[in-house]
Amino acid sequence: MSMGFNTIAGAINQAIAEEMRRDETVVLIGEDVASGIFGVTAGLIEEFGKERICDTPISENAIVGCAVGAAMTGMRPIVEIMFQDFLTCCMDPIVNQAAKMNYMSGGAFSVPMVVRSPGGAGIAAGPQHSQTFASWFMGVPGLKVVSPSTPADAKGLLKSAIRDNNPVIFLENKLLYFEGGELPDGPNITIPLGQADVKREGTDVTVVAVSGMVPRAVRIADELSDEGISIEVIDPRTLYPLDTKTILASVSKTGRLVTAEEGVLTCGLGAEIAALVSEQACDCLDGPIVRVGTPHVSYAYNQAMEWATIPDEQDILVAVKKAMGCE
Amino acid sequence: MKQDFKLTKKKLLGKVPALKLLKRMLLIRRLEETLGKLFADSEVKGFVHLSIGQEAVPVGICANLGDDDYITSTHRGHGHLIGKGGDPKRTMAELFGKIEGYCKGRGGSMHVADFELGVLGANGIVGAGTLLAVGSGFSAKYLKNDRVTACFFGDGASNQGMFHEAANLAAVWRLPVIFVCENNGWAEFSPQSSHQAIKNVADRAAAYGMPGVTIDGDDIEAVHAAAADVVDWVRDGRGPVLLECMTHRWQGHYAGDPQPYRDQDELAAVTQHCPIERFKKMLIKRKTINSDEFEAVATEVELEINEAVEFGRQGTDPDPRDFMSYIYAN
Ligand SMILES: Cc1ncc(C[n+]2csc(CCOP(=O)(O)OP(=O)(O)O)c2C)c(N)n1
Repeated sequence: MSMGFNTIAGAINQAIAEEMRRDETVVLIGEDVASGIFGVTAGLIEEFGKERICDTPISENAIVGCAVGAAMTGMRPIVEIMFQDFLTCCMDPIVNQAAKMNYMSGGAFSVPMVVRSPGGAGIAAGPQHSQTFASWFMGVPGLKVVSPSTPADAKGLLKSAIRDNNPVIFLENKLLYFEGGELPDGPNITIPLGQADVKREGTDVTVVAVSGMVPRAVRIADELSDEGISIEVIDPRTLYPLDTKTILASVSKTGRLVTAEEGVLTCGLGAEIAALVSEQACDCLDGPIVRVGTPHVSYAYNQAMEWATIPDEQDILVAVKKAMGCE
Repeated sequence: MKQDFKLTKKKLLGKVPALKLLKRMLLIRRLEETLGKLFADSEVKGFVHLSIGQEAVPVGICANLGDDDYITSTHRGHGHLIGKGGDPKRTMAELFGKIEGYCKGRGGSMHVADFELGVLGANGIVGAGTLLAVGSGFSAKYLKNDRVTACFFGDGASNQGMFHEAANLAAVWRLPVIFVCENNGWAEFSPQSSHQAIKNVADRAAAYGMPGVTIDGDDIEAVHAAAADVVDWVRDGRGPVLLECMTHRWQGHYAGDPQPYRDQDELAAVTQHCPIERFKKMLIKRKTINSDEFEAVATEVELEINEAVEFGRQGTDPDPRDFMSYIYAN
């Protein structure tokens, strides 16, 4: 397999282009997608034209509602919602229509649609442009939820999401967009949904990290390996369906678990994984499960305050030490 | 008995009110020009949307409102706040993320709000202010406090379901709301023709059973006069009105936007609509003011904005560890 190098933004752009070449029922619908917010979809208009790269009015409900109807009638729309915060403006078509359609119709109608949306704090965008809503969607039966942390994962998973016959919420991270990484060449390289990836192997503590928290966890793993502490970093990549097998196997090996997400801790990914491990691997645990995430609060505009709120490497480090019983 | 809404003739303003309007417009202009620079120098962060060129709309509308009346605003909200009488110092302090700022550094540009002046906040969610306006209209009617709400929103926002639901509800409940559309021809990188099949947003008013009028939003006297008529009508309990003000966005969608999508000739031509220049020239020609009087106001504004910048810069940083406060009301 030959390797290239690209950013996550570039990888997403490639995934969309390749899938559009492969399947002419794939279209991209969203606000200013022809220009491309954060540059992610920039340039696609040149190859695919206005029929397939569809700029819309500012009408999130209509954008997603239209995509659901189109998906029910033979298309594979990719929708972009500019910020995760705006997903609140189109919750009915996502939750009551797309997610329930296959079930309600007894399998008559499926909704092969992807809703892509960037989240995450750290750019002083204030309380209404900074949130991460991954765990909300994990609780909606019928949706699949994906949140990649590397260019290769972003590309492989987005391609699978587009080919999937279910609605997939594909959650990106603004700060990760321009992180570079290896990217395998070839239009048919996909990564199956529902498969976690072990980003670092280790034996002492399992850190399940997602999205922007993955590179932070990896850096802490590197740092602690100098101290002789061996961290296993697992990126679930797909949050629903969650690869519980990989997580449980890792915890059985290490006996210690830290979870790291950017979203609010309340009812979050960490809470879900902690419940999973205490139900199914309680006797493997040698210490408390420790969760890292945003406390029960929004993100301030003031940058020092914003960064004090965002979970960072230091928080992961403290959590790992706590999980090891050395506070 | 149902009576048709009609705009009365423009009244020519005398020296004192004219200079007052000029000053408010200049305050917005200088404040935002300064913000643009501060943003370029990375002293101010985040998303900053400038309303340079659009000053006549909030100033002309708000001159007809009392301190008790409400406004709802947008992501492009500094002008609305200052137009309503907001304090440049507290605005600047907010943009510097300081405790002395309107939102104590929590909100930033997109959320400036002033409880005392009935400014229900700039808003990061396009269209959301239209619904809040229905709410302040509802409370005013219920509490019988005689307050009206001016709801500012863009041509782009008029495509949100939120706007349509707000317009309908305000109309059926005959709420004291003025829907002020600032039609600057752009929604982010999209020209109006690409996002709606009509030219005038005011055409939509008829569909909800409210009057709708379109005026030159860069002519402060036109805005001022129309607003006077509309405020009277609305305060009189005759239900909402949609007032569309045609204006121009001089700058990018956000500070730092290089605007590759914009036609250079169109862009070069926008300044000829300058509401401040137009008004100034008109007033001097009519001999309502002389250029010395204009310069005196301009100098005053210059000083006030310089002071505001220093006030903001020297403000107190919130303790970052205090991030949990204000999430719930006491
Ligand atoms: C619900 C929602 N969708 C999209 C955006 C992104 N956005 C911010 S401003 C804007 C354009 C608004 O256009 P218009 O209402 O005409 O106001 P203008 O920017 O011209 O003042 C868009 C799409 C947003 N902030 N909120």
